[in-house]
Amino acid sequence: MSQSRNQSTESWSAPDAEPVVRIEKVTKRFGEIYAVDDLSLDIHRGEFFSLLGASGCGKTTLLRMLAGFETPTAGRIFIDGQDMTEVPAYLRPVNMMFQSYALFPHMTVAQNIAYGLKSDPPDREGRSARVSEMMAMVKIEALATRKPHQLSGGQRQRVALARALARHPKILLLDEPLGALDKKLREQTQFELVNLQERLGITFIVVTHDQEEAMTMSSRIALLKDGRIEQVDSPRRMYEFPSTRYAADFIGSINLFEGHVISHSNDMAVIHCEDTDSDIIVHHSQPLASGMPVTVAVRPEKMRVNTTIEADQNQLHGEIKEIAYLGDVSIYHVDLPGGKRIQFTQPNMLALAEQPLTWGQEVQLTWHPNGCGVLTQ
Amino acid sequence: MRDFISRNPLLFVFLIAGYAFLYLPIISLIVYSFNESRLVTVWSGFSTKWYGELMNNGPLLNAAWLSVKIGALNATIAVILGTLAALALVRFRKSRGHGTLGVMVTAPLVMPEIIIGLSLLLFFIALEDLIGWPAGRGQTTILIAHATFSMAYVTVIVQSRLAHMDPSIEEAALDLGARPARVFFTITLPMIFPALAAGWLLAFTLSLDDLVIASFVSGPGSTTLPMVVYSSVRLGVSPQINALASLIIALVSIAVLVASVIMYRSEKVRQDA
Amino acid sequence: MTLLQKLIPKNHQLIVAIPWLWLAIFFVLPFLFILKISLSEPQLAMPPYQDWIREFEDGLLTITLNFGNYQLMFEDDLYLQALLGSLKVAGISTLLCILTGYPIAYAITRAPLQFRMPFLMLIILPFWTSFLLRVYAWIGILKDNGLLNQLLMSTGIIDSPLQILHTPAAVYIGVVYSYLPFFVLPLYATLVRLDDTLLEAAADLGARPLRQFLTITLPQSVPGIAAGAMLVFIPVMGEFVIPDLLGGPGTLMLGKLLWTEFFNNKDWPVASSLAAILLVILIVPFVLLRHFEQKASEEER
Repeated sequence: MSQSRNQSTESWSAPDAEPVVRIEKVTKRFGEIYAVDDLSLDIHRGEFFSLLGASGCGKTTLLRMLAGFETPTAGRIFIDGQDMTEVPAYLRPVNMMFQSYALFPHMTVAQNIAYGLKSDPPDREGRSARVSEMMAMVKIEALATRKPHQLSGGQRQRVALARALARHPKILLLDEPLGALDKKLREQTQFELVNLQERLGITFIVVTHDQEEAMTMSSRIALLKDGRIEQVDSPRRMYEFPSTRYAADFIGSINLFEGHVISHSNDMAVIHCEDTDSDIIVHHSQPLASGMPVTVAVRPEKMRVNTTIEADQNQLHGEIKEIAYLGDVSIYHVDLPGGKRIQFTQPNMLALAEQPLTWGQEVQLTWHPNGCGVLTQ
Repeated sequence: MRDFISRNPLLFVFLIAGYAFLYLPIISLIVYSFNESRLVTVWSGFSTKWYGELMNNGPLLNAAWLSVKIGALNATIAVILGTLAALALVRFRKSRGHGTLGVMVTAPLVMPEIIIGLSLLLFFIALEDLIGWPAGRGQTTILIAHATFSMAYVTVIVQSRLAHMDPSIEEAALDLGARPARVFFTITLPMIFPALAAGWLLAFTLSLDDLVIASFVSGPGSTTLPMVVYSSVRLGVSPQINALASLIIALVSIAVLVASVIMYRSEKVRQDA
Repeated sequence: MTLLQKLIPKNHQLIVAIPWLWLAIFFVLPFLFILKISLSEPQLAMPPYQDWIREFEDGLLTITLNFGNYQLMFEDDLYLQALLGSLKVAGISTLLCILTGYPIAYAITRAPLQFRMPFLMLIILPFWTSFLLRVYAWIGILKDNGLLNQLLMSTGIIDSPLQILHTPAAVYIGVVYSYLPFFVLPLYATLVRLDDTLLEAAADLGARPLRQFLTITLPQSVPGIAAGAMLVFIPVMGEFVIPDLLGGPGTLMLGKLLWTEFFNNKDWPVASSLAAILLVILIVPFVLLRHFEQKASEEER
């Protein structure tokens, strides 16, 4: 899935910008287990930031430390320049939308949204105006007097969102915000959340295990593994230039070829791989030492079936073993002569009953040096 | 239901037999409370005269009033103590005394009443000897004894309610700026209220029903209803007792019916949410 | 671990401390006095026992422990008979509760969903009405000219009334009647949590209903059976009202004997020794109960 948002304001790339959240060498230990391990991260004003990772990677613990539900074992957390490490949840300028929504079952929708507005705004009229404004914002005006158990899943999600935004937090934390919705509703809500965030200008920090969701909504993604950050980048850079094997493999599918550096000059590296017929040429601007063991990563959609050999292209050949027809594209599994299995995808341009490529067919695959990357970690 | 009966005829027969076993004695109690004859089991015509006599039985009415007073006070104390114990058991697993509290709360549920009664009496006597309190036995000592064993029942009920509560609901309240005390009174308490109500009713009935413990720790002038009933029953069956039983059964049935409707509704709300 | 805990450390210690202290003072501490009195000598006074510690005129302090009460327990046949009687009644009644309660609990779990709660309520409801009065109801049914004998004679099954009241049979009926809900409830809670797809899987693998029940349902309901059995066994060991009202002079049980020693014979030291012995005997089933309850709650999680 491609990105939907406008990236004209890359606040994080300005070197002296004051971050709205600064996580400084934070560690959280539960007994012997390090849920978050010496992690540092800056999140900037107006970002739609995703914490992405497999379950148990520490992303939820990190979010709960931002909310104030857990205290770090070590390290500090600053929100808007102020040290919030020891500040209890009820005094922090952040609000959270819970995965279970955590709506108060004995209160109506309006009472739920008003719960956080105890004395701000100070007058009753101001508070009820705020509640109405919030309900209008997420289009649930008609549900004001309903109880949570009378709502659908999508409606509950909106109430939870309105309740968390009613206090005009500096940061909104969202824990798997779309996890409980079905697929169609999830896709629609993704765009609504992005639009809302752009309209309000509030920093959103989302925890998700769904890479598509993170790609669609975020301005930046932090990929977490074992309580540490694997990579922080925009979705596009994350996909096109993963910095580690784990990051490459976690987001999308990818073919990985183990090898070592033959030469590196003019930003072009030549890599020798055991599994391929010829050396692979990769565009890479960072210095690489000769003989260094590296991994070449090629996305399946970057490969093309080609009958002619072009000099500046990487190439390999193999036999098609499996075909998965997905409608818009087909995924082909190809066995290389050395036995390694790789995959490539091809859009299905024509509505043919018979696919032009079939099982057992020998194919020649080519891709451009700019269509792959070198992983050193 | 028809499907259930046709598939499991034997089970259904067992169920019906079980209910017959449980309810026929109670029904016979009620039926014979309207019997004209003093001989409880010989039917000689319909009459409500035993209810009339019951209403003129001064000692019995006094005992009933005392039992209701102790029962209500006991239920209130037991709900407070039981709720605290349940909170301690569910929420503060790592705090000191958690393990011993768990054992101490379970034990009164099964401990033979006769041991509780005897040990408390001996304790009260020794305590009076030592610090002059409690002066003699009476309402206070019965109240303490009843609260001690009925709080265990309240704990079990509230504990199960708390354990099934989504912890993020309270976190959400904190997140929305409510201090812990406000979270407790506006979120936790309303959510466990059905359990508190059920616990109160149960503690009230347990106290109202207790003969053995009260017999040990009561003093002169604090004769509870079960003690009066017991001394009367020991002399043989009496239609007045049947009438009393019928009144109690009627009251309890109404209370339980109302309570279960409330519980059922809130349960539904909880499950839907 | 929740936040409330971290945010209000003082309050949280208080929340644990209040019920803890209450139970320690009014539940655990009194047991020590049972032990104390059981080791003292009876006397004709109020309270009717001598203190261990007696101060003599010359200011000498002596402590006299009297193990005579315990010795009596082993020498006088009466106490052993009462202990055996209690074990027998508690054991057999527990078994009877299992035999009658299991089909009931099982039937409720098999009933259509919307009938389960009402069916269960019907089991619990009698428990809310007076225990004493429910036992009393059986006097009217079981006595010589009672309802049961009237029914049997009018149908011609028997000619002369059966003596049921004041026999062990009456005690068993009374105990099963009073304690059945205590057995059915935990068992139901266990049975209703069992995964129905396990039975379907067993059926799919060729097991007939009887084998499904014996190999799947029954083994998995053991914690419920055990917890329910202990909930019956433990209190029945010390039961007083039922043997007193329904049993006869031949029904010797610890609870009734303790009551007689205490209220009729005013022998507090012997009554305390009986209580102490009962308490020690009950430790084993109590530990079992805790074990099975914890097992059940762990499985729930």
